[in-house]
Amino acid sequence: MIVKDLLGNGFRLICGDEQREIRGCYIGDLLSLAMSRIQKDNAWITIQSNINIVAVASLMEAGCIIICDGFSPDDGVIQRADIQEVTILRTELSAYEVAKILSKYEI
Amino acid sequence: MIELHFDVDGNDFTLAGECSSKVKKMLTQIGIAPAVIRKTAIAMYEGEINMVIHANGGKIDVMVEPEKITVILKDTGPGIKDIKKAMEEGFSTATNQVRELGFGAGMGLPNMEKYSDEMEIDTVLGEGTTVKMVFYCN
Repeated sequence: MIVKDLLGNGFRLICGDEQREIRGCYIGDLLSLAMSRIQKDNAWITIQSNINIVAVASLMEAGCIIICDGFSPDDGVIQRADIQEVTILRTELSAYEVAKILSKYEI
Repeated sequence: MIELHFDVDGNDFTLAGECSSKVKKMLTQIGIAPAVIRKTAIAMYEGEINMVIHANGGKIDVMVEPEKITVILKDTGPGIKDIKKAMEEGFSTATNQVRELGFGAGMGLPNMEKYSDEMEIDTVLGEGTTVKMVFYCN
């Protein structure tokens, strides 16, 4: 699936590439754990919204970050994500609801 | 041999990860295996974050040879009081403010040990800490 498949279903693209491919998913808010668990092209579902999520997603080549539960990215996150070519979406949905939607695509 | 040097700014959380990112880019360009790059990036990022959280920054030297990558992280922070405890997963001396950012889970040094092939810690209380990590390319 690609990021675009999610748009309009309660997901909003904040920055990045709507054609970015997503494969697999990781859910978690502890950056050290996320760092070692996120696989290449994973959608990373988190409530963390500080600038360090960009570095983690970029280093692990995550497909995108999905900031859930209505959290918004902090100042500077979008600029940094543009530079690092990290795609970010946000949604009011919970991590579980997001994961249920992703599972329909059998990623 | 390729050598890189970085100064890590201890006051700027927003820049944490920059050095790891540059090293990852360089390793990708010279064709190091993705699995080795991943290990190096995870361990180096943890080291970089540790420097910012605990030691007000420091210096990182990276040496890339055909058979191995060596990363030396040197700071002049407070030193590690109890290395054995610091190596335990879940043990952390990070502040609440740092924890709210998603750090301070007590995974830093354990991850560095797990993802490097060799790790040496040299620490003196009140003077600083040097961590040397080696990653084999094969």
